[in-house]
Amino acid sequence: MNSHEVVIVRTGSANLASVQAAFDRLRIRTLVSDDPSEIDRAHLLVLPGVGAFGPAMASLERRGLVSLLQSRVKDDRPTLAICLGLQLLCEASEESPGIGGLGLISGAAQRFAADVRIPQMGWNKVEVQEARVLRSGAMYFANSYRLIDPPPGWTAAVTNYGGPFVSAIERGNVVACQFHPELSGREGLDMLWRWLEVSAEAVTC
Amino acid sequence: MLSRRIIPCLDVRDGRVVKGVNFAGLRDAGDPAELAARYESEGADELALLDVSATTDNRATALDCVRAVRRTLGIPLTVGGGVRSVDDALRLLDAGADKIAVNSAAVSRPELIAECAARFGAQCVVVAIDARHMEGAWRVMVRSGSNASGRDAVQWAVHSQSLGAGEILLTSWDRDGTRSGYDLDLIRSVASAVSIPVIASGGAAGPEDLLRAVQCGAEAVLAASIFHDRQFQISEVKEFLRQHQVEVRL
Repeated sequence: MNSHEVVIVRTGSANLASVQAAFDRLRIRTLVSDDPSEIDRAHLLVLPGVGAFGPAMASLERRGLVSLLQSRVKDDRPTLAICLGLQLLCEASEESPGIGGLGLISGAAQRFAADVRIPQMGWNKVEVQEARVLRSGAMYFANSYRLIDPPPGWTAAVTNYGGPFVSAIERGNVVACQFHPELSGREGLDMLWRWLEVSAEAVTC
Repeated sequence: MLSRRIIPCLDVRDGRVVKGVNFAGLRDAGDPAELAARYESEGADELALLDVSATTDNRATALDCVRAVRRTLGIPLTVGGGVRSVDDALRLLDAGADKIAVNSAAVSRPELIAECAARFGAQCVVVAIDARHMEGAWRVMVRSGSNASGRDAVQWAVHSQSLGAGEILLTSWDRDGTRSGYDLDLIRSVASAVSIPVIASGGAAGPEDLLRAVQCGAEAVLAASIFHDRQFQISEVKEFLRQHQVEVRL
């Protein structure tokens, strides 16, 4: 495996083709895998995710990826979690009561309030200050659940949909975004590129 | 604030973009991947690709078309046409679709909506409704608009939401391709009956029509011919909407 290759975790029901196509446009090779040893060796890892919280956690457990992902994030190895991927980092989600998440960030994902159309579907404004990978701008969302309180120790981007919510977080080489950078046009590609650059610096240090 | 979306639609048959009036009289309007790239660069917020001739025979052609569009497209792609099962949906998602639109097959077997939502999540499932105005109500048309199903369009939208639909793609059968404006009463009726987003479709002649659809509750507006023919640029339509206090992505 090439160290410049991005490994995308096969979570079972994500739009992997779009994630792959985005990296293709950046001329970055990708490998889709659910093999624990390949995922553990990956220098660059993407945890995509659409679908429901419970089944996604069950799929990670079945494939033996839970502790591996937990230690990877704790060790600050380059990891990008997308959409449901961000929620999986939480302790739990209102979507699947009683099921634990990866527990890497405090708090639980909650459903949007009933005064907005759900799912949130479309481009919304992301606002962030002084981040390495994240930037303010319009990004594409497709979600019914979200994290409300910024987790301590992380730089958080905020977006408003019936009230503010956490639209992305970053800490070191780990980035998690509720929006879809792979579907956010030029700005999305730029964000993926910045994550790759930050992660490349992590190799040389 | 969430922006209202402009969604150009590619009606595709045998790998080419076509456009007709009231679902008939199709004419060639270009290469799907080329048009997709052009629309993204002009500011499209999403793209819809509907295979209007989807049959088992040309399934491979349709998948090739989705792959070709995905290679160039960096915004969301909804694909519909002939989706009858979770496996059909999975093939399209694997080829590069982000959302799947179901239509006739869901009308005859509504569980298809629930099955797709359970597997892929509600945000992935678009229920496309072709609604024809008849006797003071709207009837759901099926088989590319050629047959009336007997279902009431507003009730079907509500039922679709309860089964797990994440979005309604609402096409006026009467207005489609006629450039006589969207059916605003239809949009108002459906948008007020459901809490999921509604995409207005069928009949757009210009920016004013898109504005009216948004004002009637549409979260997104879909149009085909006004963009294919370069009559209007997406960017100028967005500028028009912005001038009328509609939140758009510029």
